[in-house]
Amino acid sequence: MYRYDDFDRQLVAERTTQFRDQVARRLSGELTEDQFKPLRLMNGVYLQLHAYMLRIAVPYGTMNGNQMRMLGHIARTYDKGYGHFTTRQNIQFNWPKLNEIPDALEDLATVEMHAIQTSGNCIRNTTTDQYAGAAADEIEDPRPYCELIRQWSTFHPEFTYLPRKFKIAVTGSPNDRAAVRVHDIGLRMHKNDAGETGFEVIVGGGLGRTPFVGKTVRDFIGKNDLFSYLEAILRVYNRFGRRDNKYKARIKILVHEVGVEEISRLVEEEWAKIKDGSLRVSDDEIAQYIAQFAPPAFEELRDNDPEFERRKQAHPDFAAWVRSNVIAHKQPGYAIANISLKPIGGIPGDATAEQMELVGDLADQYSFGDVRVTHEQNLVLPHVKKAELFALWAELKNAGLATANLGFVTDIIACPGLDYCALATARSIPLSQRISERFGDLDRQYDIGELKIKISGCINACGHHHVGHIGILGLDKRGKEFYQITLGGDASQDASIGKIAGAGFSEAEVVDAIEALITRYIDIRNVGERFIDTYRRVGMDPFKEVLYGDR
Amino acid sequence: MSLQVVTANRLDDGLAVFMTADEGWSTDIRQAICAGDAEQAEALLARANTQKQQITVVGPYLIDVANEDGVLVPIKYREILRTLGPSVRPDLGYQAG
Amino acid sequence: MAIVKNDSVIENDWVALDDEALVPESGANVLVSLARFKAERDALIARNGGLGVLLVPGDAPEDLADDIDRFSLIAVKFPSYTDGRGYSYGRVLREHYGYQGELRAVGDVLRDQILNMHRCGFDAYELADEADVALEKVRAALREMTVYYQPTGDGRVTAGSLRERRRAALELGGS
Repeated sequence: MYRYDDFDRQLVAERTTQFRDQVARRLSGELTEDQFKPLRLMNGVYLQLHAYMLRIAVPYGTMNGNQMRMLGHIARTYDKGYGHFTTRQNIQFNWPKLNEIPDALEDLATVEMHAIQTSGNCIRNTTTDQYAGAAADEIEDPRPYCELIRQWSTFHPEFTYLPRKFKIAVTGSPNDRAAVRVHDIGLRMHKNDAGETGFEVIVGGGLGRTPFVGKTVRDFIGKNDLFSYLEAILRVYNRFGRRDNKYKARIKILVHEVGVEEISRLVEEEWAKIKDGSLRVSDDEIAQYIAQFAPPAFEELRDNDPEFERRKQAHPDFAAWVRSNVIAHKQPGYAIANISLKPIGGIPGDATAEQMELVGDLADQYSFGDVRVTHEQNLVLPHVKKAELFALWAELKNAGLATANLGFVTDIIACPGLDYCALATARSIPLSQRISERFGDLDRQYDIGELKIKISGCINACGHHHVGHIGILGLDKRGKEFYQITLGGDASQDASIGKIAGAGFSEAEVVDAIEALITRYIDIRNVGERFIDTYRRVGMDPFKEVLYGDR
Repeated sequence: MSLQVVTANRLDDGLAVFMTADEGWSTDIRQAICAGDAEQAEALLARANTQKQQITVVGPYLIDVANEDGVLVPIKYREILRTLGPSVRPDLGYQAG
Repeated sequence: MAIVKNDSVIENDWVALDDEALVPESGANVLVSLARFKAERDALIARNGGLGVLLVPGDAPEDLADDIDRFSLIAVKFPSYTDGRGYSYGRVLREHYGYQGELRAVGDVLRDQILNMHRCGFDAYELADEADVALEKVRAALREMTVYYQPTGDGRVTAGSLRERRRAALELGGS
């Protein structure tokens, strides 16, 4: 795991002081709200319906035990005892006071955390595979490159006032768990014909009002050249991205309007001028970062642990949790344990101060102090001995953290929606809670199989509804909440944008509509087909029929 | 047109507040000063937008309200939520008492 | 209104000409738009007196490349401080074309953006404040941060190269 050196610490300390001064200047009236707003946003401070919101960065979703416990401390001291993990692997708190936020940031800085660039029209937190460094299927650990991107993008003087926000995601595995095709830049590691590892560069994906799957501007860029190439893309975007209309300002619109060939030409032209400059990263330097993310001191273990097998036999609850939430690790005798933040009927992604502190402790005890946040709003302990899974599970169960539903119908992504968000047009959380309750029975969930439901409370699509197998978009129709259903979205390596099924449903009707879709799927699926597979085979019509009949 | 009051968020703690007759701000909408017509509403908003108010509140705007048995209640659900708190956490916000 | 450069407030000895205004025969330093420079290039570079160009967002700094050494002032307009195109123009002028003259940020130039401008190659800032306030703001902005991750043309040493030096020193010491 990356540890700060004195330079990183100094930078965060200076940023904390700088923000304290900006807050003081706002409170004294020296800065107007118009002048202050972009400054506070660039430090993760929003103004929501009920209060301020503070979003804290979790770079590429990786934390240690101390950091996780610190989030518990922040929740307890500066908020109302809980926080919300987001689809960008960050965490946000819903009730901080502006005049106390500088103190919260000072506390965070003691564990190498901050809120830098968690909002604003700048390069946001880089996201990646939550199983990086542990997954059996990865080509290479993407985190060293994520850390280099973090540094390159932090306070980049040229790219702090971009046309709009900018999100970069990286996957080191062919099974894309980081949704790289729906980011402003997606980087997919692969090997070229010469056997070198590098990146496919995908540009212009995104959700929001106008969703696009990104397009490849370059099939392969070597590791040494990645940063100058990113800089070339950002310079082209900063210069030519639209600034006349906020809703057309993302790079996806530029790519769509001028075409990927022209973008590629502009980027290559710019890159030719800077590729041999000081952004070229040497093999030595890359090696330093790879060393920072060296695997922990795994023990040599047999992959099968008889005690683990016996526990599964004896405890069907545990066996179910293992089946749904535990994933193969590359190291024999170890496993990846997912902690669901989707208890049946609960608020997706929320965790209490006590839960955060517990997970921090469990990370230290069972997972080499390593804990991850997923873009699906769950947590991960990436390196757990199989022999210790039962003990871990028992502790999680006591804390309400052992829901065995990863990837199933109740593992719903939902944005905060109108319960918190100033931009929302409808609530998301209550709907996710009612769907979760309707399908709460585990056997029923397992029968339905993998099914990703994603709910957004407005067209900005923070709940990723466009890439839900079933997506739900909450809108306002003459003062009433109503919900539009999309089908066939997918955020994986087979990325696709969902299609609108038809007219929307009232709050009272929508859970029944979801159930009708699922019942139809069960009726017509072939053996082994997931919901998305069936949809791809049969298309929209059979589903439309159950939603609308002759309507 | 319906009755209107001016709402905003308080600068220091961010809480939803409503403008009172003395140009102060209350967390209780029942304390709000109410405009009966467009002209009064504009005048209220102007009083909420002075330089001095800018170091007290952020982003004042008008909302429609109804007088229900002597109690002011916002018309839009979004604004009702702001007078209560998150619907999914009845233990938090003004509704928690 | 005050212009701060090299840690002091300077006099503005440039005449900004709009596109219809008569060009003074000689002597005065004139600042013209990019469009006017392109239209009247030969006459403008033939006259005596300093020549400056004002770039606005949407202009192509590439258009100045062939004449870059003829300018002693390039002013870049920030119509609103949230329009960040000028940062790229600064780096392109300094780092691609080796521009050596004064690079002045004009328009909505506020304290909290000055360090970024500086890092992108600007060396003069026109603020809407009184002279002493403007000077204090620029000074405060430039000393706010001391650690930089990105190499830019301002020559400030990055954290990466400091780490490199430290490693090299350790290796020398260790051998």
